[in-house]
Amino acid sequence: MDKNKLNRALMYLFLSVFSLISLFPFYWMVVSSTNTATDINKGKFSFGDQLFANISRLSEQVDLGLIFWNTSKIAIISTLVTLLISSMAGYGFEVYKSKVRDRVYGALLLTMMIPFAALMIPLFTLMAKAQLLDTHAAVMLPTIASVFIVFYFRQCTKAFPHELIDAARVDGVKDWKIYLFVYIPVMKTTYAAAFIIVFMTSWNAFLWPLIVLQSAELKTINLVLSSLSSAYFPDFGIIMVGTVIATLPTLAVFFAMQKQFVAGMTGSVK
Amino acid sequence: MMQFVGFDNVLRLFNDPFFLKSLKNTFIFLVVQVPVMILLSLILSSCLNAPNLKFRSLFRLAIFLPCVTSLVAYSILFKSMFSYEGIINSFLMWTHIVSEPIPWLSDPFWAKVTIIIAITWRWTGYNMIFFLSAMQNIDKSIYEAARMEGVSPTKQFFFITVPLLKPVILFTTVMSTIGTLQLFDEVVNITAGGPANETMTLSMYIYNLSFKFVPNFGYAATVSYVIVFFAAVLAIMQFKIAKDK
Repeated sequence: MDKNKLNRALMYLFLSVFSLISLFPFYWMVVSSTNTATDINKGKFSFGDQLFANISRLSEQVDLGLIFWNTSKIAIISTLVTLLISSMAGYGFEVYKSKVRDRVYGALLLTMMIPFAALMIPLFTLMAKAQLLDTHAAVMLPTIASVFIVFYFRQCTKAFPHELIDAARVDGVKDWKIYLFVYIPVMKTTYAAAFIIVFMTSWNAFLWPLIVLQSAELKTINLVLSSLSSAYFPDFGIIMVGTVIATLPTLAVFFAMQKQFVAGMTGSVK
Repeated sequence: MMQFVGFDNVLRLFNDPFFLKSLKNTFIFLVVQVPVMILLSLILSSCLNAPNLKFRSLFRLAIFLPCVTSLVAYSILFKSMFSYEGIINSFLMWTHIVSEPIPWLSDPFWAKVTIIIAITWRWTGYNMIFFLSAMQNIDKSIYEAARMEGVSPTKQFFFITVPLLKPVILFTTVMSTIGTLQLFDEVVNITAGGPANETMTLSMYIYNLSFKFVPNFGYAATVSYVIVFFAAVLAIMQFKIAKDK
């Protein structure tokens, strides 16, 4: 038995164990949604028959449809608006030349370094002054001008063939039409990756919605899950059904667009 | 109305036991979790980059999958798995690794360990993707030559892979540091800052100061600047260290 083979065996063992650890909580989530809270607390890890009971108890406590609608509405609207605004900015920064361009851009990039913890109080008082507290607009507004997405689009626009713009201009096509009908179709994959970044961020948002949303009928799924599980005796059976509902959309997006997903999550720029 | 209070808020920081505790906790999370996670994702990515590896894409998919979960959802999963009679303790007792259940969520030390395990589970695959894509750009012939010279895989890892990946390691370390300094969702949903504020982080303290206790935005803002300060200082330090080497 040579050392090489042993090394390889150890490597496979390590990768397998780590993959199992990575996958187990998913299994646990699905299995637990079919068990009672008592069984979950005792660590039962085989399928039970409580799925429908859990679903019906969850829908007695919260308006599932409404919560799902709130979360999706916020995620979809803020994703579409962010993509439009931030891609326009990224396009503009790369295509239009001016003396102050790079200085403005540098200042913009610097704001990425400010942690959200430092922004949340000024943002909150701003929203209070605008009388937007406890509205979905307050959740979406601070996210739609995303510096990171502007940066991402600018980087990707560097690879965009600028001759296309020049050719269209010679033909007398207006600039907004070039952006809409030439740029957007060519940059499809960039849009797909950016879509995933923004959608995931919005779907998973917790702290900011927690601060601005108070009314029960406006809450998103993460807020509901968090308050259910912070009860003194949390009913994990119904909570697990909730986590499955919260995870399914992002899993679906992941499996539908795996390649763009990885590119988007890591913001990798080719 | 707004009123200038000079440096009162800054002075208050040094005599505030809750602030000092949350600062200490945040640093414990930072100092233990970030290096462990970066090292783990480096090892995983160099395993996944090994030539003729079978099931490569399957392993990669499995290890990346935690990134798909929302922070709240996975925190709740961990809370239920690490409960006193929960699945983790059952497993550890069944395999005779421990003879008594570990008080994961109710003991100051183990509560921190739980939070660290949870964050590492969620983010290791994410960082691994950065390393993997950087490793694709390393010339394969370097490893070929090292193998010919009889350099062991461990030495190849430390003397070829790590130095060549330095910029990416720096980037992921800075990003993870900023992320951990702002740790909020996990501690709120796994331990609620407990037991006895032993997992309270700076972000959670800022939230409590502004929205849970009698609102004190001025002082909360002061605490938030502590995060800005450390994020900047640590980022600069990491850049300096990376340059020296």
